[in-house]
Amino acid sequence: MQKTVSLTVNGKPVSATVEGRTLLVQLLRETLGLTGTHVGCDTSQCGACVVHVDGEAVKSCTLLAVQAEGRAIKTIEDVADGDTLHPMQEAFRDNHALQCGFCTPGMIMSALDLVKNNPDPSDREIREYLEGNLCRCTGYHNIVLAIKAGAAAMRGAPTKSQGAAAE
Amino acid sequence: MAEIGTPVRRREDYRFLTGQGTYTDDINRPGQLYAYILRSPHAHARITGLDTGAAAKTAGVTAVFTGKDLADAGVGGLPCGWQIHSKDGSPMQEPPHPVLALDRVRHVGDPIAVVIADTLGHARDASELIKIDYAVEPAITNASEALKPGAPLVFAEVPGNVCYDWHLGDPAAVDAALKSATRVVKLDLTNNRLVPNAMEPRAAIGDFDRATGEHTLFTTSQNPHVIRLLMGAFVLHIPEAKLRVVAPDVGGGFGSKIYHYAEEAIVTWAAAKLRKPVKWTADRVESFMSDAHGRDHATHVELGLDAQNKFVALKVSTVANMGAYLSTFATCVPTYLYATLLAGTYTTPVIYAEVKAVFTNTVPVDAYRGAGRPEATFLVERIVDLAADELGVDPAELRRKNFIPKDAYPYQTPVALQYDSGDYFSTLDLATKASDYAGFEARRAEAALRGKLRGIGIATYIEACGIAPSAVVGSLGARAGLFEAAAVRVHPTGSVTILTGSHSHGQGHETTFAQLVADGLGIPMESIEIVHGDTAKIPYGMGTYGSRSLAVGGTAIIKAMDKIIAKGKKIAAHLLEAAEADIEFKDGNFSVAGTDRSKSFGEIALTAYVPHNFPHEELEPGLDETAFYDPKNFTFPSGAYVAEVEIDPDTGTLEICSFNASDDFGRIINPMIVAGQVHGGLAQGIGQALLENCVYDQATGQLLTASYNDYAMPRADDLPHFALSTHATLCTHNPLGGKGCGEAGAIGAPAAISNAIVDALKPVGVRHVEMPATPEKLWRAIHQHKAAA
Repeated sequence: MQKTVSLTVNGKPVSATVEGRTLLVQLLRETLGLTGTHVGCDTSQCGACVVHVDGEAVKSCTLLAVQAEGRAIKTIEDVADGDTLHPMQEAFRDNHALQCGFCTPGMIMSALDLVKNNPDPSDREIREYLEGNLCRCTGYHNIVLAIKAGAAAMRGAPTKSQGAAAE
Repeated sequence: MAEIGTPVRRREDYRFLTGQGTYTDDINRPGQLYAYILRSPHAHARITGLDTGAAAKTAGVTAVFTGKDLADAGVGGLPCGWQIHSKDGSPMQEPPHPVLALDRVRHVGDPIAVVIADTLGHARDASELIKIDYAVEPAITNASEALKPGAPLVFAEVPGNVCYDWHLGDPAAVDAALKSATRVVKLDLTNNRLVPNAMEPRAAIGDFDRATGEHTLFTTSQNPHVIRLLMGAFVLHIPEAKLRVVAPDVGGGFGSKIYHYAEEAIVTWAAAKLRKPVKWTADRVESFMSDAHGRDHATHVELGLDAQNKFVALKVSTVANMGAYLSTFATCVPTYLYATLLAGTYTTPVIYAEVKAVFTNTVPVDAYRGAGRPEATFLVERIVDLAADELGVDPAELRRKNFIPKDAYPYQTPVALQYDSGDYFSTLDLATKASDYAGFEARRAEAALRGKLRGIGIATYIEACGIAPSAVVGSLGARAGLFEAAAVRVHPTGSVTILTGSHSHGQGHETTFAQLVADGLGIPMESIEIVHGDTAKIPYGMGTYGSRSLAVGGTAIIKAMDKIIAKGKKIAAHLLEAAEADIEFKDGNFSVAGTDRSKSFGEIALTAYVPHNFPHEELEPGLDETAFYDPKNFTFPSGAYVAEVEIDPDTGTLEICSFNASDDFGRIINPMIVAGQVHGGLAQGIGQALLENCVYDQATGQLLTASYNDYAMPRADDLPHFALSTHATLCTHNPLGGKGCGEAGAIGAPAAISNAIVDALKPVGVRHVEMPATPEKLWRAIHQHKAAA
């Protein structure tokens, strides 16, 4: 059964005809070509598909595309300001918080959601918040450092590079 | 300019951070069809009927293919890349591994048919209309059980399910040494089966160009040339010149993306047959059922010690689970990547290992991060700790007493390897000091006051990386060479493209290799482009695994740079009217020794491509060199890890209080990237020790852990911050002195954690806890021993 869904993606209104069973992540990746949002599992565990829906972090594999009717979606493609990385993206780069890069978009979208609600999270709060984002490369060590540094930069606090090189 | 040794931020990050990475599933070809693969729900069954008629007639479906269709078209089976010979000299059993099952399925997930349709949804819907009649047969999933008389046979033609019964070392010498030993410590232990779980599921897209007859495969691979060779030569019979394999951005591998998988052959073949691109992407449950698994050993080990507590002999008997078919490099993992490492960091003079590799009704097992070396390290370091406990001596001191001395290199072990360099004392000192090993008993006592059981555990490790000398591995049964290739293509304006046969799927080669070249050619990083992962661009490549990229791939780049510099000197000598022998190359300048006359790298490049004033009699124009490098030996990274844990006896929950890792990787090019590699390896090693376990139901052969609901992946709140240090002894046989760092963490961590657990449980008399040491297992261990006492 085909349905038409209208929503806003990265600030632009879009309309698409989808099957009823089409997931939001499929709409983003396959219909709209926004392949920065990834699919790493089929049980809503890995968090590679996290996007923002009306400003909240949501696993886009848990939502049907038709459920996004009228919603505002933000994906990883819209986080940087042109060619200038967002402070959280910059913090991930500076702290070597990504290796293969596959979980990274979901991690960034989750990190932004965490910091929105908790501008100065502790290590423990970051680790607990990341319960829904799996990374197989980094052991999370540098991701935790990056989110702390990114949060500090977003608060306007003085930042110091804490890259893994220091260890 | 000194890029080597500095934590240069990664050049690949921008595209990954902004969602611009291009992974295989991100690629879509015009007119593309989608493949859905129907897999066996049974662990072992005969297929007595297979009717695809209704599925083929479903809306949107282009074709349905079965094993018979592929066999009729001459498609071959998936090859195994390493032939092992048994003790009696007979070659291993190597039953066929069809791309799609023919008359029998041998594990849950064994592929049976492929449906190709205009959408994945249509393909999946149609697959439900395929009618299969199964005659279910008894299945066997545990390798030790599979060896017992009367066990179900995975292959009728393989007696006792034994693939091979292999050994290494002198059993008589070892038995004699054990007999005369003052003490013999014995242990039975298992090395739990793991699922690699790269976050990017495997994917493959086949394409066919009718105009040129060229096949293209986009695939999630760690080694596209190896896939081209195996698939082209053995499975689809396509000459290399007509087959292009592209491994674009790849989202983690950890070994699981080395192998040639059925789906790659299916989409490549189907695309040519249908004259349309065909795309397949695994969902996660398919990954669990079809990616090669890791580990799965059951081992009995005996260590003999003399009156001075010196190790006199080690005897190891292992049963290794191969799964239902031989994956590409499965057979070398529990043999030449395992038993050869059993000397570890010690001077044990005689060692004997025997390994039975066994077929079972499970997903094939192959190399997973560390591959054989974690299994060897785990048993060596567990038995050494047990020996220390039985003797009542400090485990650190027992290790020091038996370490290979610093001045003993090159050191020939009794299990074939010759270590070129190392210093196990320094890494152990660094790790024990960082963890305040000396002050531990006070912390144990303090924890006991809080009702907690606290323990500290040491593991040292050695690994053989930088695989490997082709002649050596060839003599041991490898059906491939293990060199690496690189090309340095200098462009007329002085920028440089490096074509490397190594493949980055998270390792950061685009940065590390650029650092290497920036220093080697004295040009800025910005002038260097690193290209990998495409057989149409790269001269050749054996790929990335076994921590080989820097030691072998990096050396190939250096060898190609050497040729560029040698030619550049000839050109400079001509331009500067000097003798070639007088030309020095330093910091990007070719100079006449002892003068201020020089030509820059850029001027030499331009001269090579605009050769108006050029030594044409002596040289060809251009500046583009290729090198193949075959390593002289393995490299031997080593290190010492110290873990401290605290266990709540009431709940069995465990907290890692600290983890100190000290590694010897030889020369380090980018310390930031190296630390990241260690972190990731440690997380996987700790995952094995505490969380991860691939479980089959013994009665039905069903895979019980086929999703992230059931298979415990390490999450951020399961892991501590890691404290790292390094101490370098240089590799003596590559120009970098580099050893490799990718697998270390996964090799050393399981034993360090397990030793800490057993140390914590010492007060309740626990001698060994099998991995993963889940809270339930720990609670039962504590309370069973309490009850017994």
